[in-house]
Amino acid sequence: MATLCEGFTLCGLVQTQNASDSPIQGIELDEDSDHAVVTDSTRSVTLYKVSDQKPLGSWTVKQGQLLTCPAVFNFQTKEYVVVSDNKVIRVWKDEDLNLDKAFKATVTADVWRVHSAPGGEPVVLFQRGAVRFLDSLLSAPQQPIEDVLSEEEVIRWSASIVAEEQHFVLFTTEQNGECCLYVQRLNPNTLQKYRLEREDSGASPLSFSASLRDKHLNLLYLYPNGCVYQSVVAARGYVGLEGVQDLPRSLRLRLPVGEGELGAASAVALDEAHVAVVGVPHPSARTGKDFLCIWNTNFQTLQAGILRNWSFVWCYLGKLFVPHGKALSIIPYECQKSSLASALGKLRHTGIAVSKSSVAVPSWNTLLHGDQPQGPTKIVETRKSVRNVKLGVNCVQPQPHQTGPVDEVQREVEVLVSRGDAQDLQLSVGQLACHLVARSQAETAFYTPVALAQLVQTQFLCHSVCPGLLLLSLEHKDYFLCQLCLQLFPDIPEVVTCACLKTFISNEVLQTPYSDNFLLPHLKDLDTQQVILFLQYLQFVYLKYSQDVYTQTAGLRSPTMTQIIDWVCLLLDAHFTVLVMAPDAKGLLSNLQSFVKSQVKLFSELGKIESSLQELHKMKLSKDISQYSIEVIELF
Amino acid sequence: MGEFKVHRVRFFDYMPTAIRAMAFNAHTERLALGRMDGSVEIFNFADHYFQEKVIPGKDSRSIEALCWVGGRLFSAGLNGEITEYDLENLRPKYSLEAYGGPIWTITSNSQGAHLAIGCEDGTVKLFEVLEESIQFERNLDRQKGRIISLSWHPSGTQIAAGMMDMIRVFDVPTGRAVQRLLVDRGFGGSKSRETVVWSVVFLSDCTIISGDSAGKVQVWDGHTGTLVKTHLVTKWDVLALSVSKDESSVVVGTSEGTVIQFQFIAPTLQQQQDKEWVRTRTFKNHTHDVRALAEIETAIVSGGMDTQLVVRPLLEKFDERSHASALRKIQFPHRNLVFCAKKAGLLLFQFPGQLELWRLGESDGHGKPGDSLPLKRKPEKLLHLKRKGEDHICCSALSSCGGWLAYSTMSSVRLYRLQTDNNDISITKVPKLPKILRSAHQLCFSSDSSKLFAASSQSSVLVIALSQSECKYVHTLKPKSGSRQPIHLMTNSVDGKWLATANSDCEIHVYNVQKLKLHCIVPVYGSCPSAMGIHPTTNNLTMVHADQQIFEYSIVEKQYTDWSRKLQKQGLHNLWLDRDTPVTHVTFNPKNPEQILLHDMHMFCIIDQSLPLPDQKTQFYNQMTLRSLSEQERPSHLHAFKICKTFQDLLSVSLLDDQSLVMVERPLLAITSQLPAPVRQKKFAT
Repeated sequence: MATLCEGFTLCGLVQTQNASDSPIQGIELDEDSDHAVVTDSTRSVTLYKVSDQKPLGSWTVKQGQLLTCPAVFNFQTKEYVVVSDNKVIRVWKDEDLNLDKAFKATVTADVWRVHSAPGGEPVVLFQRGAVRFLDSLLSAPQQPIEDVLSEEEVIRWSASIVAEEQHFVLFTTEQNGECCLYVQRLNPNTLQKYRLEREDSGASPLSFSASLRDKHLNLLYLYPNGCVYQSVVAARGYVGLEGVQDLPRSLRLRLPVGEGELGAASAVALDEAHVAVVGVPHPSARTGKDFLCIWNTNFQTLQAGILRNWSFVWCYLGKLFVPHGKALSIIPYECQKSSLASALGKLRHTGIAVSKSSVAVPSWNTLLHGDQPQGPTKIVETRKSVRNVKLGVNCVQPQPHQTGPVDEVQREVEVLVSRGDAQDLQLSVGQLACHLVARSQAETAFYTPVALAQLVQTQFLCHSVCPGLLLLSLEHKDYFLCQLCLQLFPDIPEVVTCACLKTFISNEVLQTPYSDNFLLPHLKDLDTQQVILFLQYLQFVYLKYSQDVYTQTAGLRSPTMTQIIDWVCLLLDAHFTVLVMAPDAKGLLSNLQSFVKSQVKLFSELGKIESSLQELHKMKLSKDISQYSIEVIELF
Repeated sequence: MGEFKVHRVRFFDYMPTAIRAMAFNAHTERLALGRMDGSVEIFNFADHYFQEKVIPGKDSRSIEALCWVGGRLFSAGLNGEITEYDLENLRPKYSLEAYGGPIWTITSNSQGAHLAIGCEDGTVKLFEVLEESIQFERNLDRQKGRIISLSWHPSGTQIAAGMMDMIRVFDVPTGRAVQRLLVDRGFGGSKSRETVVWSVVFLSDCTIISGDSAGKVQVWDGHTGTLVKTHLVTKWDVLALSVSKDESSVVVGTSEGTVIQFQFIAPTLQQQQDKEWVRTRTFKNHTHDVRALAEIETAIVSGGMDTQLVVRPLLEKFDERSHASALRKIQFPHRNLVFCAKKAGLLLFQFPGQLELWRLGESDGHGKPGDSLPLKRKPEKLLHLKRKGEDHICCSALSSCGGWLAYSTMSSVRLYRLQTDNNDISITKVPKLPKILRSAHQLCFSSDSSKLFAASSQSSVLVIALSQSECKYVHTLKPKSGSRQPIHLMTNSVDGKWLATANSDCEIHVYNVQKLKLHCIVPVYGSCPSAMGIHPTTNNLTMVHADQQIFEYSIVEKQYTDWSRKLQKQGLHNLWLDRDTPVTHVTFNPKNPEQILLHDMHMFCIIDQSLPLPDQKTQFYNQMTLRSLSEQERPSHLHAFKICKTFQDLLSVSLLDDQSLVMVERPLLAITSQLPAPVRQKKFAT
């Protein structure tokens, strides 16, 4: 999970006339990871100590002059570099007080940006696309600078990446609505041009972010329609290719944009799975576009968000720098590697897991976002084809289950189930179950428990294929089917689990997979009597099993001790305050408490003798070697 | 290769004594180590921590502290004497009564011009260091209560003295006590007990750091006499302190066996200027009191009650893993204490106070490899010979026929005639020894027992002829090099023609005993030889050095043998070079002239010169692999080094004439079990 920590304000900002313009040109790092070099949109560069939120130094150019690119730190010479009035490069050191007295050099063409990164020499990117190392440029400032870009092509964004002795300057251009990516490799110098795929609306990207991962340059860009695409360029190879290549892209994220299109928004890749986005509305709060959100692109989940008014974002070393209103805020963040297991929550206990390999779970999205259908959906090509196949099957078989009476349906099901080909069966079973459920819901008199049970027992069904089935069986109080579903479905949503709980308590419920976070709110829906009853049941089960732990047979489906304890904890978490107040829960709670006490005591005692037992374990049955023996050895 | 019958001997109750003091000479890279029995050992840290010299102890001598002045070594002890050592003749040069009662500490100023000692009667006495001796100069102001520890300010103008419940700072020119720093007592029951300031160091910025019996390490400002910081590091005593050369680190040794490092660093990254003494690391390599400590350039050296010397490298000072960056424990002496009469099957064990002569047992029948054979006769202690006088035994020898036995102390050499008649043994002291035979660094008998060789001063060897009736001085063999260093290894050839000696200058001389003259000098190698032997048939001299290099030198041809050249050219296997204990014995198999037998503390090795040498890619320890291979596959996997690690904590390996091996083990566990109980520490489940 990604989390945004509490932010703090680094400095105040002067509001520009145009609100959509950032009051800051750029934020760069110097050799101290706690420093930030902030260049404002007019005349000054300020060096901040981030943890102290205080400026360490500030440099300003004269009235009338204008800084035209963010100041950067030259990691090799420990100097700062900035460009004023497009052509004047200024270089100064930390101890210099006055920028006017610092070194200056005027070059012959307009500079777009100076880029610097640790481990690499600073490079100067000119507005017409030429690239020079700062050093060589300063040694001959008046050298002619060639034009790389065509007349009307303008640079929109640029970045430099240094990795493994390779130095790249990336920049994107725009010309008549066509966007191109230029990848300039330095030493040896090669330039490669890529054409970005056109978005249907014809709009050009709002923001770019580049990173290097696994020897590939990843470019992430956001369109006004909320689509975040990723394109990958190999860091090595392709050197010999001439001309313009088409740059393939893949959709990483489709952000909800609300009404209209995004005006100013920005997306920054934090790591391979997380993207920070500003200027895009929060999916659950549809008003305003003033959120900073971290999305997980693997699971398409929103993981953190804060409401503020902002539209630009920089990201350095675990911190997001966001100008908003009259201040520059710093928001530290954390992105943890997500694993499928943690996304799924508690899994079925392996000890009692029946062979589940044949259970198909075709729809991840329903599983993951069953309760938030308005959430972003990832387009999975394979699913489309699955759907098509399903339709095909449906067309071929005109079936009695549409209208026929119960026993006819029963026969059809039997025929279907007795067929051997698993692949086909999987599709048709799902299809059939859905139809049966739909029909049962429509016609109150129609219910085919045996047929449904048979379908469930094929193990080709799961909750997401036929979401109504379990609820239907609950409605009809068909507890056998319920049990069966609980037993065989790997993906029952927590809300349904709780619904089952309300109606009946079983072993089976305890064994359904769940995720604490999702289950907890639904557990709160239970009323006190239900909770007390459930707790009593859990206590009974626990005591029963704790007496004969070793007699638990593998074949018997019974919850493990851990599962029982987990449920007790969850129930207490959800209802503790209520239970404390309820007089009839008192006995139960004090029982539980004394039980926990005795367990803690037992474990502490066990802990005490653990080391002794370990020693016993370590003790080898060493031969009693006497003071003297005559032995025979053999050397080879 | 074949089967061997092994006499596995564990009845040598060798017991090292506790380490009491140490002093490191950074200039010569020698560590002087003082033990409880008054013996002093010199380790060469520039040569793989080789124990190059041992000065035997004496009953009346005790060492509380050691101190180097240039290349000269001084000690002081509770007998009230200051002793300077003669490192060439391995004996005290002189001892001086200080007339202040027991001496607790001795230390020299950084200029090396003066020694200060702390006495029981409360005086700090200054001695001037003269060319050949030292001379009492004066007392500093006498205090009430003993002076336990001393430290000179590097400028030499002040001395800090640790006492009972306090530290005094003296102004050296006037002799006045200028500061009195009161040291708190411990808490609870120990409140009534005086706090002993076991150790102090005085740094150049006038910071004083003290360690005391209440378990505290305290940092004081020596200008103002104020306490800056107290670190409570143990419930027991802080016994020893040592400061690094650059004064950026101090290590302390405690009764719990821990060594704790303090470093003078800024506690936070932001304020690099405000440095303070911060406790940084704890090392636990000892089970008992750490009584002696030295922080050297790249390591912490510690020793104490558990008798072992531990060199704990500071890993941040190393760029890569090497033998120097590995933890090293020196548990056994780097010389022989066991002598074997190969013909007679007798073993001689050398203790500081006595000699023990044992006859090995016998078994009958044969067995499979791995079997223990039933004993027909148990081993038998034939003789327990106590030394005469106060001086400890420094060397001894047993003739291979078992008929002669000799030992030497610092003051005398004794020779005995042994007669074993079935189960009876008689011992007769040989009465009149030649006057010239006063003491010896090494003793050995010729293989036919007709001569006794005694290593004497300035690397010379006395040759004594033995016969039933008399014992007669024959000749003194002298090296041409003029080396003044003592001989630490001596061996002779089976044919009685050659004698080889090695001294601490790394020189190896080969004498022709028949002609009584120097035959040749083996080219000097940079590392000290730790073991050598002359081959019984080829008369090749095999030498193993402290750096684990092996050389074979043909005495007859006066040059290295082809095998030796091949070995040097190809280089020894890294796993051989990585071993951390020196080879202490080289012997041969007369029945199989290609075999050289070596051992160190952890392994026993037979080098078969007829087999190919292992290169770096070869599996070096391959005995297990060979065992698992079939007869046909084996030959392609053989290499010259056959290493057996079945026997551990080896003190001696020899091959009897009946082809059976004698392995003398002294399990470290057995040594540990004889130590006094360590301070009690609460552990879980105890």
